[in-house]
Amino acid sequence: MGRIVAGIGTSHVPSIGGAYDRGKTALPAWKPLFDAYIPVREWLKAQRPDVCIMVYNDHGADFFFDKYPTFAVGCADSYAIADEGFGVRPLPPIRGDLEFSQHLCRSLVYDEFDITICQEMAVEHGFLVPMHLCFDPQDGGWPVACVPLEVNVLQHPLPTARRCLHLGRAVRRAVDSYEKDIKVAIIGTGGMSHQLTGPHFGAMNRAEDLDFLDRIEKDPESLAGLTHQEMMEKYGVEGIELIMWLVMRGALNGPLNKVHHNYYAPMTTGMGLITLEEAA
Amino acid sequence: MTTPQLIPGVRIQGSEVFDLASSWRGYRINKMCNALSQAAHRDAFRQDEEAFMAAYHLTEEERQLVRDRDFSALLAAGGNIYFLLKLGVVTGNGLYQMGAKMRGETYEQFLATRNDRGAV
Repeated sequence: MGRIVAGIGTSHVPSIGGAYDRGKTALPAWKPLFDAYIPVREWLKAQRPDVCIMVYNDHGADFFFDKYPTFAVGCADSYAIADEGFGVRPLPPIRGDLEFSQHLCRSLVYDEFDITICQEMAVEHGFLVPMHLCFDPQDGGWPVACVPLEVNVLQHPLPTARRCLHLGRAVRRAVDSYEKDIKVAIIGTGGMSHQLTGPHFGAMNRAEDLDFLDRIEKDPESLAGLTHQEMMEKYGVEGIELIMWLVMRGALNGPLNKVHHNYYAPMTTGMGLITLEEAA
Repeated sequence: MTTPQLIPGVRIQGSEVFDLASSWRGYRINKMCNALSQAAHRDAFRQDEEAFMAAYHLTEEERQLVRDRDFSALLAAGGNIYFLLKLGVVTGNGLYQMGAKMRGETYEQFLATRNDRGAV
């Protein structure tokens, strides 16, 4: 069976990608963010996951409102790097695990999650920023195969927070029922607090972000019970992305050890990080 | 039983929430912006903005908002912020410039409100 060796919640702010591409990671304004991921990459190197399930949202790079899936899962042997409007970032291509993806899709649908199955998918900052924060490219590739799991957080009605937690549990059942002994990391991305429109553009909420970091570890049920409106009042309109961390959390069974955490909010988004592993 | 998630039309700290009504209203704008994910379309927009807008059937009112680079009004017209960012790229308007205008501030005033403006 498959085994989940790491659960990670992380922000996926696009400017992190810009700073990474332009070699700004050691600048004073960026160092507190990038340094927090050095031990995370070391930890993942030791855990040696075969597959990373990346729970992210597209921001208009590959999906459009003509047909807009609530949940979409990649089912291919590779995923292109999308052009988000400013050219294609110089990152290695994303390797898929077709066999595991096919198993995951089958398992989710028979588990009554009516996902959209994607045999071509181009991934963007929602996926790529956590990728290069958590893994070092090597020999022109990445040390892990990936399955993109895309969530609609742009066009309301969105899936409820509880639905996201339940999806994570279904992902866990799929990993448990896989015939091969593979190690899986699951990363829930997005947030934390941010608001990108209106008179309060740039509003963040440090206290609520820190509370979320605590609850996602210890009491995810209390987050799953929040409505979208309650979440947006705490974390901002775009902070609703945090529902994707609940997919990650749903895939983990307690008791858990918190391995790393970080919080840094220099500009317009609370950038959070938590890594979790199941206690042996 | 269905749990209501959102009061339709609710504003969060003064901001609209992008829902099905906004998405229908802003469909032409968002579809045009979506096309700007391709380099060839970005070139076409830069070469002939009017022809580009016509190809995506923007209304005259919508075209004027694009000509004015009025991103707050484009949001109100149903533009989605993530799609409008692509229009921002081809017109030289970054997210923080747009945001400063939404706050009624200059770019410098906005940067001064940040915890560390070095992380632009």
